[in-house]
Amino acid sequence: MADLSSELLGLTIAGARDRLAAKDITAVELTEAYLAAVDAARDLNIFITETPERALADAAAADARIQAGDAEAMTGMPIAQKDLFCTEGVRTTAASRILGDFSPPYESTVSGNLKAAGTVLLGKSNLDEFAMGSSNTTSAFGPVSNPWTATGDNRPLAPGGSSGGSAAAVAAGAAIAATGTDTGGSIRQPAAFCGVVGMKPTYGRCSRWGVVAFSSSLDQPGPITKTVRDSAIMLGAMAGHDPKDSTSADQPTPNFEAALQSGVKGMRVGVPREYRVDDMPPEIDAMWRQGIDMLTAAGVEIVDVSLPMTMSALPTYYIVAPAEASANLARYDGVRYGARRDGDDLIGMYGATRGEGFGQEVRRRVLMGTYVLSAGYYDAYYKKAQRVRALIAQDFDAVFQDVDALLTPTTPGAAFAIGEKEDDPIAMYLNDVFTVPASLAGLPAISVPTGLNALGLPLGLQVVGKAFDEGSVFRLGQALEDAAGFDATPRLLTGGRA
Amino acid sequence: MSLDRETVARIAALARIDVAEAEMDGLVGELNGILDWVETLNAIPTDGVEPMVGVGADRAPLREDVVTDGDRAEAVLANAPDPEPPFFTVPKVIE
Repeated sequence: MADLSSELLGLTIAGARDRLAAKDITAVELTEAYLAAVDAARDLNIFITETPERALADAAAADARIQAGDAEAMTGMPIAQKDLFCTEGVRTTAASRILGDFSPPYESTVSGNLKAAGTVLLGKSNLDEFAMGSSNTTSAFGPVSNPWTATGDNRPLAPGGSSGGSAAAVAAGAAIAATGTDTGGSIRQPAAFCGVVGMKPTYGRCSRWGVVAFSSSLDQPGPITKTVRDSAIMLGAMAGHDPKDSTSADQPTPNFEAALQSGVKGMRVGVPREYRVDDMPPEIDAMWRQGIDMLTAAGVEIVDVSLPMTMSALPTYYIVAPAEASANLARYDGVRYGARRDGDDLIGMYGATRGEGFGQEVRRRVLMGTYVLSAGYYDAYYKKAQRVRALIAQDFDAVFQDVDALLTPTTPGAAFAIGEKEDDPIAMYLNDVFTVPASLAGLPAISVPTGLNALGLPLGLQVVGKAFDEGSVFRLGQALEDAAGFDATPRLLTGGRA
Repeated sequence: MSLDRETVARIAALARIDVAEAEMDGLVGELNGILDWVETLNAIPTDGVEPMVGVGADRAPLREDVVTDGDRAEAVLANAPDPEPPFFTVPKVIE
């Protein structure tokens, strides 16, 4: 039984799909193995809410579909949903106290698409409060521990954030895949820290309807998976035009998995020189150079390119995102849903509800956003940042005249200890220095694990593509994955790995 | 531009967030640190650059002005603190 269980937990989505189709395993067997893995991984604090009964019911329904010959690629796959996706009748917290015991009366479009595809819901995964953070330490439900630890040092490390629970779930073998959302790096950075694949699609590819809003012009759902192929399969099940999200792109969803067959020979990939920052750690620079060699060996032509506005992206983001957050989070007023704290009067009730309901980082960002949008400062900060954002997007447009995609490191370092960087907001923000530019431009980008550092911790490389050209991003991600042959496993792996 | 305690208190009031007196000094320092950092953008010339408000379509899509959902008062109130169906409640605002 233990052997069967670890064999099941080692399967990728692609592998499990084949075994389920061959009726060699059942969705219930697969789900039971994952429920045991969720139990075994509980110390990592991956899930805010576990849904084992729902999982078994979903699995039985999936088996019935498979028997009836009505299965889709994701049917029977036990997944974690980031607890930012509203799930009908299943508590949704955004990792904040202010939502209380909020139980959505509706299903987000993306989680609904996955449900309709026959996936199995294991639970709602932990995250930074309202997806604001790069460490999962701002969660009102406590931090998540990274399944990886440094060689010879058992201190718990941060899984990255904000989709820290989702990335840790996949790395620990406690979910075959998970949803994430990425505003400035919240899928890619935790994927890099946890040694898994994280894909932020083009803005508009996946509907934001029913996703608790942080920064509406940046937020984008995407998959966190074991492999690039799984990422392509899962994105296909998440994406699609949604009339309920006015920013959802009216574009057909291509067969991303089929795109992988095209390979990468003859593609042109840019290496942006501005990403080689002065204080780049040697291990990150070395990983990047290895990635260049891997793609070159696969027949890719590497081109030196320039994105002059790169270093302006992070300060731009820290005006735009808090401004949008301050507007989006105005809805938490203690009246229509969520927690309420009494005050002397209506204004007092608002202040008490929001003062106690929001954690420190959320308060900081809402105040920052309120300031940059306030009378007299709007043009100096917010308008200015929007103008710089336009220049950042123009940089990408210019280089994409010449190259198919870009190759960069995902993060400026490997996972850090829980509690580190907490005293200095800007040091924490710098985690996203390589991921934020593509977010501001709305471009698709993937992080693929490509190696370990000297402490035995995973490092990732990022491929950024043209808008709506996820196919090229997946192809290059696959080439990196094939060349890197990343098969290291974290210390706290509950099952096997394919 | 540097924020003083009074300005931070005014922002907090605008944002309807009670900030404990003990947290004020730390918050003033953090917000000033972030502001100093984002002000590096002032060095970038942006004259004549159109502000980018978002990615994708320039205007919101239009649809027929018809009801697509509704008549779900019970569901809408299900998560409300202290509701008095079919109403939300707030502290008394009229003397």
